[in-house]
Amino acid sequence: MLKFLIEKEFKQIARNSFVPKIIIGMPLVMMLILPWAANQSIKNVNICVVDNDRSVFSERLINKIASSGYFKLSDAASSYNSAMKSIESGSADIVFEIENGFEEKLFRENAARVMISANAVSGIKGGLGSSYLASILTDYAAELREAYAKSAVIANTAIPTFGIAAQYKFNPRLDYKVFMVPALMVMLLTMIAGFLPALNIVGEKEAGTIEQMNVSPVKNHIFILSKLIPYWVIGFVVLSLCLVLAASVYRLYPSGSVLTIYLFAGIYILIVSGFGLVVSNYSNTMQQAMFVMFFFVMVFILMSGLFTPIASMPDWAQNITAFNPLKYLMQVMRMVYLKGSSFSEMIPQFLALGAFAVVLNGWAILCYKKSS
Amino acid sequence: MKQFLAFVKKEFRHILRDKRTMLILLVMPIVQIILFGFAVTTEVKNVNTAVFDPSKDAATRQIIEKFKASPYFIVTEELTDFNLINDVFKYGKVSLVVVFSENFADNMLHTGEASVQLIADGTEPNQASTLINYASGILQSYQQEQMERYNAPFQIIPEIKMLFNPQMKSAYNFVPGVMGMVLILICAMMTSIAIVREKESGTMEMLLASPIKPIYIILAKAVPYFTLSVLNLITILLLAVFVLGVPIAGNLFWLILLSLLFIFLALSLGLLISTLVDTQLAAMLISGMALMMPIMVMSGMIFPIDSMPTILQWLSSIVPARWYIAPVKKLMIQGVAVQYAAKEFIILAAMTFFLIIVSLKKFKTRLG
Repeated sequence: MLKFLIEKEFKQIARNSFVPKIIIGMPLVMMLILPWAANQSIKNVNICVVDNDRSVFSERLINKIASSGYFKLSDAASSYNSAMKSIESGSADIVFEIENGFEEKLFRENAARVMISANAVSGIKGGLGSSYLASILTDYAAELREAYAKSAVIANTAIPTFGIAAQYKFNPRLDYKVFMVPALMVMLLTMIAGFLPALNIVGEKEAGTIEQMNVSPVKNHIFILSKLIPYWVIGFVVLSLCLVLAASVYRLYPSGSVLTIYLFAGIYILIVSGFGLVVSNYSNTMQQAMFVMFFFVMVFILMSGLFTPIASMPDWAQNITAFNPLKYLMQVMRMVYLKGSSFSEMIPQFLALGAFAVVLNGWAILCYKKSS
Repeated sequence: MKQFLAFVKKEFRHILRDKRTMLILLVMPIVQIILFGFAVTTEVKNVNTAVFDPSKDAATRQIIEKFKASPYFIVTEELTDFNLINDVFKYGKVSLVVVFSENFADNMLHTGEASVQLIADGTEPNQASTLINYASGILQSYQQEQMERYNAPFQIIPEIKMLFNPQMKSAYNFVPGVMGMVLILICAMMTSIAIVREKESGTMEMLLASPIKPIYIILAKAVPYFTLSVLNLITILLLAVFVLGVPIAGNLFWLILLSLLFIFLALSLGLLISTLVDTQLAAMLISGMALMMPIMVMSGMIFPIDSMPTILQWLSSIVPARWYIAPVKKLMIQGVAVQYAAKEFIILAAMTFFLIIVSLKKFKTRLG
């Protein structure tokens, strides 16, 4: 019985003019384009300079900033107020103002002030930009000290300095692709193995074909299984396609075992498909099913740590993420890809995912009613 | 006109009849704005930090105190052995390790060979770079204090001012993005099935046989959804201001006008999808699933567009949400004059015009 029902599902999927395209097209587009865009590193910070000093020192400082490769000198303004216009129009992100008498003060008073005003609507851009600018200033001051090292003032004073070096564990070049690609795979699985089943049963309801199912002697669990298994197979196809793309396009290979990935993904697909079927059972129209599914998928994605870290969320939101299956698989994928973790280190995730799978699919079977 | 109004009334009834969908449409944006407004953030605080300090002198102790006093870091471990660093990372106990060189204070003052190494867990690149940034900031401010104390020559002292967002709230950056994303997706999803549902249920023939012009059929479908979207917009703006604490620093009139234009654009996008496909399934999958990813990733909502490769920057210009999120930041948070958002207004209007023309062209007045 099950065999024929599954055959029917596959035929329906293959016959649809749109679904096969999306099963192959989505992974290709998402895996080929999105990793290049999903990058939170800050580049090309536009800086507007107000040089009130116009001395050799201030000019050298400006050149040093321009040649850092991090900042682009968008324009030079004659006053702070006109520089603010560039910030308001969006052509500059930071105004850098050098005080009048900068050079003289450095010689006479040992210290001179500069002002950094950053557009902090994006806290990351404003924060990283201004602190990077501050570190260029430190470097420049050190260069000046070196240049005048022989002068009497410097030789006689202690100059407290220490070097600061940064290092990144597990991802030394801070490559965003290593971080995003495994997570994008999880997102793809969620969408394809979640949306399609969600629209399935309710689609039969709208088309009226569910009646024929209801009068047949097919048992509930057989019916749900026949809906589940095709998407499980599709999920594996999508996952394999993703793994191949990750290896061939981005040269990303899991440091851990591929089998672990398949094991966890296998459970995960059951979870999202089961969830989709539950939604489908409770909906009257495809529109309803789609909206509910859309709502949950968005919540799953944005509250999983995929784009922004869970640690940054407020505590109540962090508690909600405990009920987010996507979070667990994403942790697993990143652990396997980046840290090479083995199964024994991921038992908590395994238990959580297992529980989700049992509960949701049990629910899908129980809430399917043949008579209304 | 009378015919048109009758059509609008019919469409309203279609929507009002389905109470469940209505409820979903009105409640969903509220929940999403609240959830994402709070949860989509990159703020870093209370990060577990380990310290390896072989010097244990006045200077290192002062630096460690500064770390402890900072809201960003909690010093949870004081390592006794350099080799333990690998372990604390592997078990995920800390996200940052601060390693001092030996004889730190002495070297700092005399040889210039003192150094601090900051090691961050790079599995979350964004968090890692922010951590390193904050930690370097603490170290630099300590160095600056020492310079002043010893009156060292050639000090350049920066005064840093954060404009528009002095408390560096992440919500200021993300809430406009969440608004744009929720609006466009929900509006497009609502309308995308409007025409295709009539095709699937066979009632399209009747509409086509009626004397009303195609453009009115399409417009009549947009009116009730537009009304719903305006309701959503009002709740979203109220939530943004009163729940999420994002101010409206600029002119409310222009902000609303911009949002209405954007809603109209989103509805036209939905209608276009509706004219292009034959089944509700396809319409829903395109508007709900296929649009979601590009909008999340390419609109500048989470990932800055400046940092993308040039080709993708071009590609992102066809994502309508990009042209809404950027001016909302300007009008709502920076509070600048409207002429600075003129470009975005023009682009949104042009996109809307284009979508409507194409949907009219694609709208088939013959079946089969």
